[in-house]
Amino acid sequence: MTYIRSNFRHPALTPNDKGYTIKHYEGALSTLCAGCGHDSISAAIVKSCYELALEPHQIAKISGIGCSSKTPTYFLGKAHGFNSVHGRMPSVSVGANMANRDLLYIGISGDGDTASIGMGQFAHVVRRNLNMVYIVMNNGCYGLTKGQDSATADLGSAGKKGVPSVFDSIDLCELALQLGAGMVARSFSGDKKQLVPLIKTAIKHQGFSFIDVISPCVTFNNTPSSTKGYEWVRDHLEATGTIDYIPQKQELSIDYPAGTSREVVLHDGSSLHLNKNSDDYDLSCRKSAIDKIETVKMDQQILTGLIYLNQSQPDTHGKIQTVDTPLNALSQDLLCPGSGVLEVLNESLR
Amino acid sequence: MSNKIKACNDFVIRFANVNGSGSASANQLFSKVVFRSGVPVSAKNIFPSNIQGLPTWFEVRISENGYLGRRGGYDFVVAVNGQTMWKDYQELEPGGYFFYDSSKQLPDTYHRDDVTHLGVPLTDIANSHYTEPRLRQIFKNIIYVGALAYLFDMDFSVFEDSIARQFSKKEKLIAPNIQALKLGFDYAQMYHQGVCQLQIHRRDLNGDQIMMEGNDAAGLGAVFAGATVAGWYPITPSTSVVEAFEKHCKKYRVDDSGKNKFAILQAEDELAAIGMVIGASWNGARAFTATSGPGVSLMSEFLGLAYFAEIPVVLMDIQRAGPSTGMPTRTQQSDVLSAAYASHGDTKHVLLFPSDPKECFEFTVQAFDLAESLQTPVILMSDLDLGMNVHQCDPIDWNDCYRYQRGKVLSAQDLDDMTERWGRYLDIDGDGVPYRTLPGTHPEKGAFFTRGSSHDEYATYTEDGSVYARGMKRLLLKWQTAKQKVPSAAIKTMGHHDGMVYYGTSAYAAKEALVHIQRIHAIDSMCLKSFPFGSEVSEFLASHQRIFLVEQNRDAQMKTLLVNELGVSPDKIISVLNYDGMPVTAQFIRDQVTTYFASTPHALGNQS
Repeated sequence: MTYIRSNFRHPALTPNDKGYTIKHYEGALSTLCAGCGHDSISAAIVKSCYELALEPHQIAKISGIGCSSKTPTYFLGKAHGFNSVHGRMPSVSVGANMANRDLLYIGISGDGDTASIGMGQFAHVVRRNLNMVYIVMNNGCYGLTKGQDSATADLGSAGKKGVPSVFDSIDLCELALQLGAGMVARSFSGDKKQLVPLIKTAIKHQGFSFIDVISPCVTFNNTPSSTKGYEWVRDHLEATGTIDYIPQKQELSIDYPAGTSREVVLHDGSSLHLNKNSDDYDLSCRKSAIDKIETVKMDQQILTGLIYLNQSQPDTHGKIQTVDTPLNALSQDLLCPGSGVLEVLNESLR
Repeated sequence: MSNKIKACNDFVIRFANVNGSGSASANQLFSKVVFRSGVPVSAKNIFPSNIQGLPTWFEVRISENGYLGRRGGYDFVVAVNGQTMWKDYQELEPGGYFFYDSSKQLPDTYHRDDVTHLGVPLTDIANSHYTEPRLRQIFKNIIYVGALAYLFDMDFSVFEDSIARQFSKKEKLIAPNIQALKLGFDYAQMYHQGVCQLQIHRRDLNGDQIMMEGNDAAGLGAVFAGATVAGWYPITPSTSVVEAFEKHCKKYRVDDSGKNKFAILQAEDELAAIGMVIGASWNGARAFTATSGPGVSLMSEFLGLAYFAEIPVVLMDIQRAGPSTGMPTRTQQSDVLSAAYASHGDTKHVLLFPSDPKECFEFTVQAFDLAESLQTPVILMSDLDLGMNVHQCDPIDWNDCYRYQRGKVLSAQDLDDMTERWGRYLDIDGDGVPYRTLPGTHPEKGAFFTRGSSHDEYATYTEDGSVYARGMKRLLLKWQTAKQKVPSAAIKTMGHHDGMVYYGTSAYAAKEALVHIQRIHAIDSMCLKSFPFGSEVSEFLASHQRIFLVEQNRDAQMKTLLVNELGVSPDKIISVLNYDGMPVTAQFIRDQVTTYFASTPHALGNQS
């Protein structure tokens, strides 16, 4: 991509409720290939955080290794970031979240980082229902090492080398569902209209929010024979009902025809409006969601949109009953028992 | 038989049991009573990697001289495990005592004439007094303890007191336990009067000492040090560190509403365990994990990240016998090199070597200060012997005036007050340690990207070799700073030509061996406490012509480390290596050193 970015911004750029314009949420210039789907996802994250008027410094961006894991440099430059080791973003996120429950954790991973080397950690962070947003930028290949198939490459799909994959693919959404994720969604990097409300919902959901974003690799996996290329994905999308994210204070400005939408209130009082499709299913039912993914898949289609939302499970802190104050803010006086307890303790050891 | 071993407060008794039979608590009761009688005692649990049905031994050394290491050999054996009875019989010291369950007649082959046979029909006694099978099994153990009380001429009231203390919350168990003790005592008195020449008599040699497991002390240390996050994966012999941390946290760290001022997560593997520690430390909490050799191997990649990205980590390595799965329930000091240089690329890590439970506590507290002050991993190098056995040591103490050293962490105010541009990896103070910021500190300043890839002073990715090399060189400067901060070696020198060096749990046996060696040959000593080595270590090595280095591994790993780091001549170091998985004995060290002296009495160029 270009290595010079203009500092010019339209003077009429609208500030959000915190008084920040969208520029406040941007990061460094991307060094990914021109047209990379990942840059669109970064832009969607920027837009979501801007529209939700979040404080960037109250966000922590954590990633593993790979093209996708480079992106946290390219958004939210005022937030701390952590590019950890390959496949280990989940454990670093768990530790960080345990230390300070008050920050928003955005985990960025790729299909290699999550579905192969990091599969174990992915499974267990889902299982713990850690309060975080986990985005997989899924391009079906290993971009940084020049295009090898990843575990999400579909059977028969072929990238630039033209060799069809002989292995079945791993469906990360289905896996997240089985493992107990509170929110599961899939989207497409080329569909910002769908992706932004999904990211906002993921941010607001209290617990583990998973978004698998199909994000074509323009260099190695954007061939007509690839099921992760722009062309194929655009032709095979099947969305669940569209969603609108409604902040708490905003009055409903859109009229939904009766019977066509459903409201879901999130923990902080904001809500989602789900516009039903004709063949709608129960979004809070894990079994129906898995069934829906499989049914759509049988028609050679890719199910996108909000696939599952269940707010009833406590997050990790709720499960292990930690105090409300972030653990990293507890002082020595609150943590150290001090010499006063030692007389009894030593005596018990005699 | 005339040559019975005769000793008061100086002998070794071995209990040979089947694991899972409830023998452990009876054996511990025995060693506790010795301790409470004011006589120094050390107990070693020699257990299998198994839960039920395999042989397990409990070796208790009673030593009025205060020798707490393993002596080697045993003078008295309680042989209640049929699987090992023959071996237990054969290996008994000449003149020793063979205590067995005489409900079944001893086979004819048991006819050593240099051994005193002491039969007590434990099963018959238990069966005639108890109907429930579980109680029969449990009380059978207590019955033999009662018999020992008589045979060793011990103060029975100490047993009664100990039982009362042990069951203070289950008072109805006190009377039946004392009854079982008496059953054994009375039988021994009736049938074995005056037979045993081993005695344990009351002394007052233990002062205010305590008996504690190293892992318990390390877990307690983490509570006192303010650790709030622990990620861990079960592995023998480290598991009880986190269990102890949890036990003490539940006692001292639960608020009025029942919520926890700590987060303990059992991870999916050791990689995740240390990943959690790194994430939490990066975010400003004190965090730790505990593992053993296989876990250190798995954690290596993350340790390299923490070294290079400069994130505090406290790791406790409770070493066991390797390589690979090795002997999971046997002790060794064989992770010295893998811990010191864990991970690919140029890395080195701060190591601390505690020698007793009190040091486990103190070094754990210190490890958090060091990790945060130096922004790097610190590894506590304990071992199975120290971690899982109860050791006698000075009581735990704590200075309430001491404050945690949290290192160079910038607050929002600090960032606002800065006149120069802040750089995460910029060395302003000349000690190689830069300033860090925590996520969420300041809306505009102090954010940076932590990465394991090469970075410049401002945490920006770089592939400029000179910038990379500058960073690597600064890490060496930080290493020099670490030398000033780590605990110094304990040195006893009279300016002799020869010196003995040891570390960790070898200290027990080494100290005892030194007492004996010094009677025939002048020798100084040094107990290493940490890596990097301070100047006192270099000086000791330089000022002695021959160094006997005691280690519990095959490859003389500490020797390699000393030679590599300090350039000391390998020729002057004579290794004394014990690596059979059992704690090194004083006798072994003594034999190795004195044999060497016999063949080479003088160091080169030294005719004194």
